[in-house]
Amino acid sequence: MAAGARALPGVSLTWAIDDPRMRRLILRLFVAGLAVFIGIPLLTLVLWSFAGEWFWPNVIPTQWTIRWYEQVFENPRVVNAMVLSFTIAPVVTVLTALIAIPAGYAFARLNVPFRRVLLLLFLIPNAFPRIGLYVSLAVLYYQINLIDTYWGVVFLHMIGTLVYMTWITTATFRSIDPHLEEAARDAGASPLRAFWSVVFPLALPGIIVASLFSFLASLDEAQGTLIVGTPHFITMPVLMYTLISSFERPVAAVFSVLLSLPSLVLLVAAQRYLRSEYVAAGLGRV
Amino acid sequence: MAEVELRGVSKYYKEVAAVSDVSLRIPDREFVALLGPSGCGKTTTLRMLAGFIRPDTGQILIDGKDVTDLPPERRPTAMVFQSYALWPHMTVGENISFGLKLRKVPAAQIAERARAMLDVVRLPGVEHRFPSQLSGGQQQRVALARALVLGPKILLLDEPLSNLDAKLRVRMRDEIRRIQQELQITTVYVTHDQEEALTMADRIAVMNRGVIQQLGDANDIYDRPATSFVADFIGQSNFFRGTLRRANGVTWAHIGDERVAVEPVDGAPDGAHVTVSTRPEVVEVVRAPEPGAFALDDPRLVNFGAYQRLAGRHPTLGPIEARVPKSFRLDARPVYVKLTRARAFAEPEAEMRD
Ligand SMILES: Nc1ncnc2c1ncn2[C@@H]1O[C@H](COP(=O)(O)OP(=O)(O)OP(=O)(O)O)[C@@H](O)[C@H]1O
Ligand SMILES: [Mg+2]
Repeated sequence: MAAGARALPGVSLTWAIDDPRMRRLILRLFVAGLAVFIGIPLLTLVLWSFAGEWFWPNVIPTQWTIRWYEQVFENPRVVNAMVLSFTIAPVVTVLTALIAIPAGYAFARLNVPFRRVLLLLFLIPNAFPRIGLYVSLAVLYYQINLIDTYWGVVFLHMIGTLVYMTWITTATFRSIDPHLEEAARDAGASPLRAFWSVVFPLALPGIIVASLFSFLASLDEAQGTLIVGTPHFITMPVLMYTLISSFERPVAAVFSVLLSLPSLVLLVAAQRYLRSEYVAAGLGRV
Repeated sequence: MAEVELRGVSKYYKEVAAVSDVSLRIPDREFVALLGPSGCGKTTTLRMLAGFIRPDTGQILIDGKDVTDLPPERRPTAMVFQSYALWPHMTVGENISFGLKLRKVPAAQIAERARAMLDVVRLPGVEHRFPSQLSGGQQQRVALARALVLGPKILLLDEPLSNLDAKLRVRMRDEIRRIQQELQITTVYVTHDQEEALTMADRIAVMNRGVIQQLGDANDIYDRPATSFVADFIGQSNFFRGTLRRANGVTWAHIGDERVAVEPVDGAPDGAHVTVSTRPEVVEVVRAPEPGAFALDDPRLVNFGAYQRLAGRHPTLGPIEARVPKSFRLDARPVYVKLTRARAFAEPEAEMRD
């Protein structure tokens, strides 16, 4: 293909990818598109959340206020939901990591038979309509008294996060040359020590990315939490779903901003780990 | 004092023997090369010595102590990997110090020993660099230093030079040999490159299909190959198929209606089918007929720079090559070759290579 592209520049179908300038342009367009589709709604939300008065056709509000924020934070249900969300997400993330790191390592290294089958099993929850899964889970929860409990919500979140995190850590561990680990053993390290000193540091960026996804996924989960967590375990997004229609538009905007903020902060904070290879690894090879 | 011994060691993958009943004793301070074609079981053998693979049968002894069941971290061996396997998140200094730290060597001593070892591999002052900031040859030296700093009894190397360019390979070859001599360390060196094996090793174990075909020094395996495989794999040989006959104290190989005198063969009866080999260097070229000289049809010369090779055909024996000096000229006179120092191998067909 590349040779053909050189010989007949106008004809090859991959000219756009072969030419580095073209590739950069496409990438920029893509990033710009993303920025428009994510950035503009987000910006509109922020504007709405501070809007005291905003009538068509003004591009920005004509009056600014923090009244909506006050209104939201004065509501004890909102504060409770926020506290709950931020006590669930870290626990979900830590528990998920504790399972997904060894599982990913086992999938990647040890010759686990039926590795693909196992991974498929992991993925099945994602392949079917979630709502069916949640309803049957709720039935199960009733029987084992997990319905409307803190741990019930945590376990429900972990169904989704475990899949993601195992998937990404598997790809990360697989990208680490096993000889590096053997060299550590050869130098006198026990298997655990070799993992800790060599494999883990090299896998850390992938693990951080995966943890980040888990954290955000937990913060964001509403469907299942609504089903198994009501009435006492209402997280932020659940509250938003249930209350959004009864509030004025700026209040909904405040909710949205509050929900988006953690993602933004975390993504910026972890930016240097979000190198394309790990994200791509998570999506591609297993 | 460090000697290593393999006793009847085998390793199977499914039904296939990667290594089959290998026995090998390497005395203290000896440098042994495991030489053979791709897939012959060299790496498997070395990894069993290091403890990464457990043999299915047999024992591995170091200084007479059975280490077969010891994991790599508890064996007095140190391995240099083909890919170097330097830890990319550690500096050169940290790479070299890692094993010393595990052994709780005092910090001051660690730094001193790391520096001393970098001197030995002639790469001083790179402690603070990361492996990615070094060239391939330098990384190789660091890998060597990392292995040697622990004072292992046995040094194991798996094709350590195969990622280097030809010139550097020759230099590192001499370096590794120098270091081995300096430290007097028992060494097992895996390679598929016969030049490396012949120039570096005290003894060479030629392997094929999981079996050691011959163990000997460079002269043994070159001048007195034990099997037709060795004759073919090391250097080059002319090969013929024939039948063994002994007459008047001379051993002959009958090839068609011709016969060639061969070195005495033990253990093969008259009438046995044999493969006959002789090296182009010992084929004598004459320009007049004489007893035992075969006329060569269609002679051609191929120039190899330092020497020439004369190639032709004999109607019964088939293709024959002989090494001739650069001054050799072809002219109208016929060319005859005398096959001296021919060796005959009585082997099952499966063992033969052509
Ligand atoms: N993990 C494994 N699973 C199955 N077969 C294996 C495995 N490791 C090695 N083998 C087989 O065992 C045989 C010997 O392999 P080994 O790696 O020891 O060869 P080698 O002499 O080092 O070859 P090379 O020069 O290519 O490195 C080969 O036929 C190989 O296919
Ligand atoms: Mg090998």
